[in-house]
Amino acid sequence: MVTEGLTAFFLVAGAGFMLIAALGLLRMPDLLTRMHATTKAGVLGAGLIMVGAAIFIGQLTVVVKAIAVIAFLILTAPIAAHALGRAGYFVGVPLWSETHTDELEGRYDRDTHTLASSGDTPAGQVEERPGENRSES
Amino acid sequence: MFDYAIFLAYALLSLALVLSFVRLVLGPSLPDRVVALELLASLTVGFIGVAVVATGRSAYLDVAMVLALTAFLAAIAFARYLEKGGYRSGD
Repeated sequence: MVTEGLTAFFLVAGAGFMLIAALGLLRMPDLLTRMHATTKAGVLGAGLIMVGAAIFIGQLTVVVKAIAVIAFLILTAPIAAHALGRAGYFVGVPLWSETHTDELEGRYDRDTHTLASSGDTPAGQVEERPGENRSES
Repeated sequence: MFDYAIFLAYALLSLALVLSFVRLVLGPSLPDRVVALELLASLTVGFIGVAVVATGRSAYLDVAMVLALTAFLAAIAFARYLEKGGYRSGD
């Protein structure tokens, strides 16, 4: 009875988080905010469902497998999100129209994939944009 | 009671599947579609987890593990493919 209650709670909570992730994917305005919704809520939802399955079956092998799936999701989701976000920025996916800070703008070389540090100004780029109060080290 | 919980989990996951499929069709850019595909993969992992509870067959967890692995590899491969493609104005 307790097992069934816990399992039901984890399954419904996980499915709810995955629904929130899909809602964010549909409703968010640009690529990075969509990834913000799907990566975190999606992994949390799948992890909660795996916890529910492990509690329901209760055997050691199943628990170990579920923990392996959760660990794998937690390890790989940030790497995949990082690679996709980097590729998205690199191919020029437009940011949201109300984005007001883009730290990489003018500092990232799209050909050599190098990032200029805050001290040096890349050739042909204006360092300070008007109306922006940036603290320089 | 317990059957209703499983049914509710299936229903929520199905709704999430429809929503992310809408994003997959709408796009507008290729990275958006890749993100939608990635969420579809983790939704499928969630479906398998609910199916393990519904059927009591724990062997399905192996499928979930392999699916998580291939989804990660697909995301990395798409990211590499996008980067090699270079700058694009819109697609």
